[in-house]
Amino acid sequence: MLELQDICFTKDGKQILKHINLKIDEQKFIAITGPNGSGKSTLAKVIMGIFQPTSGKILLEGKDITHLSITERARLGIGFAFQQPVRFKGLTVKDLLNIASGEELKFTQACDYLSDVGLCAKEYINREITAELSGGELKRIEIAMLAAKKSKLTIFDEPEAGIDLWSFQSLIHVFEKMHAETQGSIVIISHQEKILNIADELILLTDGQVEKIGSKEEVLPLLLSSSQVCSRLKKEDY
Amino acid sequence: MAELNSMEKHMLKQIADIESVPMGAYNIRENGKGIMRQTTANIDIVTKQDKPGIDIHIKENTKNESIHIPVILTEGGFNDIVYNDFYVGKNADVVIVAGCGIHNSTCQTAEHDGIHAFYLEEGAHVKYIEKHYGEGDGSGKRILNPETIIHLKKGATLEMETVQIKGVDSTVRTTNAVLEDDTNLVISERIMTHGHQTAKTIFNVDLNGKNSSTHVASRSIAKDNSTQEFISNVNGNEECFGHVECDAIIMGHAKVISTPKIVANHIDASLVHEAAIGKIAGEQLIKLMSLGLTEQEAEEQIINGFLK
Repeated sequence: MLELQDICFTKDGKQILKHINLKIDEQKFIAITGPNGSGKSTLAKVIMGIFQPTSGKILLEGKDITHLSITERARLGIGFAFQQPVRFKGLTVKDLLNIASGEELKFTQACDYLSDVGLCAKEYINREITAELSGGELKRIEIAMLAAKKSKLTIFDEPEAGIDLWSFQSLIHVFEKMHAETQGSIVIISHQEKILNIADELILLTDGQVEKIGSKEEVLPLLLSSSQVCSRLKKEDY
Repeated sequence: MAELNSMEKHMLKQIADIESVPMGAYNIRENGKGIMRQTTANIDIVTKQDKPGIDIHIKENTKNESIHIPVILTEGGFNDIVYNDFYVGKNADVVIVAGCGIHNSTCQTAEHDGIHAFYLEEGAHVKYIEKHYGEGDGSGKRILNPETIIHLKKGATLEMETVQIKGVDSTVRTTNAVLEDDTNLVISERIMTHGHQTAKTIFNVDLNGKNSSTHVASRSIAKDNSTQEFISNVNGNEECFGHVECDAIIMGHAKVISTPKIVANHIDASLVHEAAIGKIAGEQLIKLMSLGLTEQEAEEQIINGFLK
């Protein structure tokens, strides 16, 4: 459904993505992993259209979308959950869920999306997306928005960050439910083994390049060896 | 009683959200003259003898009643100054809706300066809603200079919503408040300016009473070549709490000046001021575009939400 052909991206003279070639098939659950600074978030932003690739082609269902705007890509069925959700003074949780779904949601529908991410609609639906919400709450609202958007391809950039108080299992349940309901593909950028475990396929990105595409068993050992930490820390961590 | 014509109805809808004669007490003023008035058993409206305007007397313990005092200007070359004084009795709880709409199709200036004074007796509560609006295709300026004077006696509270969204070329909006013991004043201001408009807001609040508190929140959008100035002076003269919040979005070549001043004259005065001015954040636009809105739609959503 999504194909990246020889994608390169350079910013401030630094080549961040180097000749990326990959295909994401329909209804797949893909995890992109790799060390910090390997280009994972940049790759997601190139797919969403936030960054224009320096060279290469992006195809969605065979259509060349390389030069389409963010809006056009969103309307064609790409969704993107930010690593650091944006705050909006004045816009409420309900406003954003309505924008995401493209319709005026009934209370019960909004309640479904919010309860899936562990938030009570009665308490949250009219809250403004301001600094009064914690980072974890914003993160869960961001995930609820993407669930409401029902995209063919949804990319989550480190969705687990900052949601410690909410169970991992619930987060995974949200992804599985979304996957089942939309019949779309889900791409998750993550370091978390529990998330990597449920992916159909793992993509390991190292220094702006695809180092390996394969199963968890094939990719995880490479991830550990590509990590920049010292051997003692590796031993303690893993 | 005279009937309202369609222009009058349209202007009333804009400033007071009513399409015809409102319920409860009211006084409708057009081009310097009172055209309609109604009093109730608890609310009396009396024309001032010494200067233009009215005195509104609200009996003590009056509950769940409303007073509408909209002003409409439909002629250019007119400078209307009016003094409206509200005397709100003990423990009364009422809603007051004011506002001025100018429809100026002429090349001459139309100006309205409304001076509203609120004297709240002990335990009284008032919700005061004020909207200012201008329209008309003439080159004449539309000018509004409202002044609000607030005196809160022990235990009284006043919530003020003041909105100016469109069409006013020049405005200086002044609010002076004096708070006694156990009082609370909440002010919420929304302003949008465009073209070459100018808007200046001045809030002076004296927290004189023990356990008095105020929360002033101003949100504004300055577009094109417009200029806005926000000035607040909150004086904590007793054990009190004051919070002033000023947020502005600038667009085009607009200019916004924010001058906060908080003065603590008492060891137990706790005063906070927050001010932020900036353009719409690029990441806000990107987020909404990634949900399927165009850049223009995203901007509208952000502005409408901000001024809600």
